[in-house]
Amino acid sequence: MRRLLFKFSILFSVFCFLFSALPGCAKKEGMAKKTITVWHWMTDREPAFQELASRYEAETGIKINFELYAPSDAYSQKVRAAAQGANLPDVFGILDTKKDFASFVKAGYVLNLASYMQENNNSWKNSFFDKALAVSEFSEGNSYGVLPGIYGVPIDIMTIQMVYNKNLFKQLGLDSKKPPSTFQELIDMGKLIKSAHLVGMVSGWGEVWMIDCFANNYAFNIMGKDKVIATIKGLVPYTDPDWIKVLGLFKDMQDAGILSDGMIAMVNKTAEQLFATEKSVFAFNGSWCVNVYKGMNPDLDYGVILPPKASENFPMAIWGGAGSSFMVNAKSENKEEAVKFLRWFTNSNQQAYLSEVTNNLPANKECLNKIPEVLAQFAKSIEYATHPNVWDVSEFPTVIEALDKGIQSIIIGEKTPQQVAFEVQKIKERELAKKR
Amino acid sequence: MRLKSTLENYLFILPAVVIFFIFYVIPFLWVFQLGFYNWDGILPTKTFVGLGNFKDIIFNDPSWWRSIRNAGFITFIALTLQNALAFLLAWACDRQIRLKNFYRLIFFIPPILSELVVGMVWGFIIRDNPQGAGLINRGLVALGLPNLVRGWLSDKSTVLTTVALIHSWKGFGWGFLIFLAGLQTIPRELYEAAKVDGANAWQSFTKITIPLMVPVVVLAAILTVLGTMQAFVLIIGLVGGEFAGHASVPVLRILASMRYSSRFGYACSQGIIFGVILIVVSFMQYRFSKKARQG
Repeated sequence: MRRLLFKFSILFSVFCFLFSALPGCAKKEGMAKKTITVWHWMTDREPAFQELASRYEAETGIKINFELYAPSDAYSQKVRAAAQGANLPDVFGILDTKKDFASFVKAGYVLNLASYMQENNNSWKNSFFDKALAVSEFSEGNSYGVLPGIYGVPIDIMTIQMVYNKNLFKQLGLDSKKPPSTFQELIDMGKLIKSAHLVGMVSGWGEVWMIDCFANNYAFNIMGKDKVIATIKGLVPYTDPDWIKVLGLFKDMQDAGILSDGMIAMVNKTAEQLFATEKSVFAFNGSWCVNVYKGMNPDLDYGVILPPKASENFPMAIWGGAGSSFMVNAKSENKEEAVKFLRWFTNSNQQAYLSEVTNNLPANKECLNKIPEVLAQFAKSIEYATHPNVWDVSEFPTVIEALDKGIQSIIIGEKTPQQVAFEVQKIKERELAKKR
Repeated sequence: MRLKSTLENYLFILPAVVIFFIFYVIPFLWVFQLGFYNWDGILPTKTFVGLGNFKDIIFNDPSWWRSIRNAGFITFIALTLQNALAFLLAWACDRQIRLKNFYRLIFFIPPILSELVVGMVWGFIIRDNPQGAGLINRGLVALGLPNLVRGWLSDKSTVLTTVALIHSWKGFGWGFLIFLAGLQTIPRELYEAAKVDGANAWQSFTKITIPLMVPVVVLAAILTVLGTMQAFVLIIGLVGGEFAGHASVPVLRILASMRYSSRFGYACSQGIIFGVILIVVSFMQYRFSKKARQG
């Protein structure tokens, strides 16, 4: 019996050894036909990506292997883990903040594409919207300490705005061609919405980043970009009256009944369902919603607006720019082929196809005339777009968290805007002191 | 010959030791090491900060301690309500009642369901707005208690209690199984002898069942504490996140540090502190039960 177990143990060890050697064999076999592996998280675009991969293989003989990992949180962790284990694929996307993106670049995981973009009189670079490229660019003297360059290829662009239901507007006796253009007009609609037992505005404010987005829009509108950046740099405190005014807007919306009940526990998917099923008058959502709403309710009649202005001092800003970008692994053996593929993938034919099939805004500006009306409405506002990833300075994550949670507290009536401003500033000062 | 035999023995356990070492010991040690560094999880370089992360968590992070308090509350509800319910149902099923096998099956369904699914389904049942059916509030109105109607998952004063109750509903099946197994080990002769001596059902329960079930109760309590303190998926399913801190629990805080703030070192320190808290609580439970048994 003992002898038998001994033999079994040896056999098991041999099996383990052979099993661990299998991936190596597979790699060698794959050398026969060049394969470029692309990791992404975009579930809605999977069939379109596969179709384009087939077309590229037919044209060039190079196989494109799109590997989907969702949800985006899990994808993000996978990319980080792969970076730590030096197992990144040839092409991948980074879903994190600019600071994290900078860390990927500094660690040597991302190829600088500036020289490729500049070939033939910047022809590749010029095909994109400037704001789409900006999120992947690091300029001279950037605060992240990254060598200047372009480190990503935008696949699409997005803007995050407000959408309103035209049928519900009519039901409320409102002109569907005249959505609110000022914050006061929006607040005034609250009573009307309440009396009609409708839901005002929905958004995924349980996933706090969308609160951050909304607050930043109004911060730009009320105090302007320079003051927002000065706040991030620690030169203006969050207890400044302008910031308190921004925080007060959330209280005003809650008091007026504009915000849906349970808004701070709402995930964006739920918000999308409520708007698509015509239960809410407004939604705060990104341009990706066009595809989502189309899938949920193809007959939904809605319009797109900038968040109504709360001040005439500065223009309204919205978050926007590149929706998703692909990066090339600087350590990949296939990096040249990967760049060629991305050049092909982002030319106007492929971009038009992607936009048509997935209802996302193309990053290539040459295809804008080929997109549906509602998408064009989202695209028109790209001039108002900004994003923390293009600001060259970034706020401490703990401060962002305190601000977002503080806004949640204002919405549920737990704290006043002044209290939240004071708490956020306290955390900001602590972080600044640590940094010093 | 003896050496060969010893080598053989080591060889037999080698695969298990290797797997254990790679997947348990190394990550465990690595977490300890990272706890002393500032690291964003991407850059190959890490900054040594000594006990800085631990100091920050203990003295400068009120949201961490709030999450511990919240988890403590959920655990308290689980220890009392959930385990009491589980014990009573197990006791009932241990007796000669009709359809007891059916009940055993039914009671074990909630624990095997996905926490996320349970969260989403209960969220739909409870929410009284276009997001849900509002069955609880409708039931209260039907019972003539409209003044109790509220947004159970959108009101800061009820959200944590609602989460704790749903967690208990989901978890009582485990306790039920453990208690039932424990009850079945008690010799029937003891009850028969007690009956012959004139003991009624209550006396049998307090003088035989309870004392003999103490070790099982301790085991169930330790498992409840360890399981409940680490719950977080259900909360995501129910309220999508931390609900302005009212539904925040330690694992969500660790996740936030790691995922949303890219502070891997800090997250590791939080994990270590959390682990120590769990060990201390479990040890105290064990000591307390040992004293109770001796007393």
